[in-house]
Amino acid sequence: MTDKLLPPAKKNPQLRQRVPTLPPQMRSRAALGLTAAAARGAFCLQHCDACGTVQYPPRDACCSCLSVDLAWRDTPRGGTVIAETRIHASPDPFYRERLPWRSGLVRLDAGPTVLCHLHGDVGRVDPVRMDLKLDKAGQGVMIALPKERSPDMEDDPQLRSLTAHPKHRRVLITDIRSPATRPLIEALLKAGASQIFVGESESWRRGSDHAAIAALEGVSVMPLDVSDPSSLKKLAAEIGGKTDILINTARYVRPGGVLGADTVFAREEFEVNALGLMRLAQAFGPGMTSRTADGVNSAVAFVNIVSVHALSADPQYGAFSASQAAALSISQTLRAEFRASGLRMINVFTGPTDDEWHQPLPPPKVPPKALAKSVVEGLCEGLEDVFCGDVAKDLEERWRRDPKVLERELAGGGQ
Amino acid sequence: MTSPLNTLAAALGDGSVEVVDLTHTLDPDFPVIVLPPEFGQCARFRMEEVSSYDGRGPAWKWHNISMNEHTGTHFDAPIHWVSGRDVANGAVDEIDPSVFVGPVVVIDCSKGASANDDFELTPEIIEAWEAEHGTIPAGAWVLMRTDWSKRRGAEYLNMADDGPHSPGPTPAAIELLLARDIRGFGTETVGTDAGQGAHYTPPYPAHYLLHGAGKYGLQCLSNLDRLPPTGAMLIAPPLKIKGGTGSPLRVLALVPGKTGSGEKA
Repeated sequence: MTDKLLPPAKKNPQLRQRVPTLPPQMRSRAALGLTAAAARGAFCLQHCDACGTVQYPPRDACCSCLSVDLAWRDTPRGGTVIAETRIHASPDPFYRERLPWRSGLVRLDAGPTVLCHLHGDVGRVDPVRMDLKLDKAGQGVMIALPKERSPDMEDDPQLRSLTAHPKHRRVLITDIRSPATRPLIEALLKAGASQIFVGESESWRRGSDHAAIAALEGVSVMPLDVSDPSSLKKLAAEIGGKTDILINTARYVRPGGVLGADTVFAREEFEVNALGLMRLAQAFGPGMTSRTADGVNSAVAFVNIVSVHALSADPQYGAFSASQAAALSISQTLRAEFRASGLRMINVFTGPTDDEWHQPLPPPKVPPKALAKSVVEGLCEGLEDVFCGDVAKDLEERWRRDPKVLERELAGGGQ
Repeated sequence: MTSPLNTLAAALGDGSVEVVDLTHTLDPDFPVIVLPPEFGQCARFRMEEVSSYDGRGPAWKWHNISMNEHTGTHFDAPIHWVSGRDVANGAVDEIDPSVFVGPVVVIDCSKGASANDDFELTPEIIEAWEAEHGTIPAGAWVLMRTDWSKRRGAEYLNMADDGPHSPGPTPAAIELLLARDIRGFGTETVGTDAGQGAHYTPPYPAHYLLHGAGKYGLQCLSNLDRLPPTGAMLIAPPLKIKGGTGSPLRVLALVPGKTGSGEKA
């Protein structure tokens, strides 16, 4: 049984804050397939297209027939622990801080035997459910989880170090006016977040849910406008040192293509969606990256919500799509820049949201509650790329298959 | 020989003429007019650091700033409104600079505006003012004092589900001011029109009628409570923007000093 994770005590101000360290990073190129699967929560291994062998660890050729026709495929997650060990001493700075550390051998139902991290609730001969997770160095690693959910299993220290779970953490949601903000607050509180800061731009405009949201237990509304550097500076000075998770819900969207639309709306879309993300990262990134080893409520994740049309433009929303592609690109650079600290950059890709700016679009549209659920799932599971809703999932799959075909399909009129 | 300007310089020096700033600070969080979201919007004031005595410029600090022509305390030129689109020299860069310095009268509506957010400036109020202070002279700026500039935050636009609520002139009041051949009309609110000005005939009468007649507007003024009803001088030159429909500006008033005795206040 996992010990219930208790809220952290107040920090001793005389002790130096723990400096972020990373687990070992040396990996072969072939092994990055594990990262790609873990990033979206899939459990994939190399399957040989010639002889059908499933192999681990990843290699450049099949360990059975030497074919190089290897494909990363979804693989059954079942397995059995055949050996376990508890490491009490390590020369590695990352593991030294986290000892003892359990690992073991698991024989997968799919064939290979793998060396992996063991959740505290599994031991020798136990049937397990295997998961691929991103560790702090951004490597895909395996952890054996209990086959059935055990109480407080997410509190297991080894599992928690592989996720960005909101429990006991303090979260900043950047825009009170986003329809996703209210359900996000509820989902985060339910997941155990200790405090939620909600940014509000232009309170002089009225029209936000200010009073109702500010009245919620554990929630404070603070002035924040991602298009205004001075407001970011001010808020980061105030809460930058205790923002463990940042969720950017600020978004500016207007329908229209590129030919007919003027650049005033487009500029606003880039100001908020692309440069706003950059400003947020500049304001809060340094504080967060310095605190990724800061105990139970360490900084863990920076979440951006982005349209799935960042991958391939929706010509009905041309300038908006462009701003989303820019935001995606910025998030990739941020991911590289956060890498040394282990701070996770999560993109939640959404299809058209069910709001005033997507009125004429046919269903399915993503309701705010579903978006909130995907964000919290991404945190709890420690993902990097989350696809929310049928449209986003479908588009991602088509994009994976052939980006050019998808582009042509989205251009319309080709039937 | 004493020229009027020497006299003015002396008066400024001894405090018998004072300079009053009628301008709000350009601040990213200062309200701008909010239109229905499907329309283009007024850009907020934004300031971005280019360098601050650092690697980007070791000995100097400067900013890039951006805004709309109608952000903060600002000037409206005739071409701002569709009714003034064909007015000759109707853009800020074309206006005769003598327009920018001139006499100003102030109609105090602060009492009424404190009791009623939708307070209207009517011909009756103007006539009552004239009965006390004399006919509004041709070529004068007319400012409507409401003390609205003392409001902060959401109280300023005073937005409700049926639109903003703030004081302003009726169409008949503007017609009367035009009959006096004023230079322009100014307010402390976000526009020269009332918050509910869309519901008059014509809609937004101050904008529609004033600019159609080639007159000018000033809005988001402050400190109007420091101006006398008559006898002050307004200095309000907009930026010389090519084809500009308006401009943020520093509005100053020259007013008789409190001392008036040659002693500096």
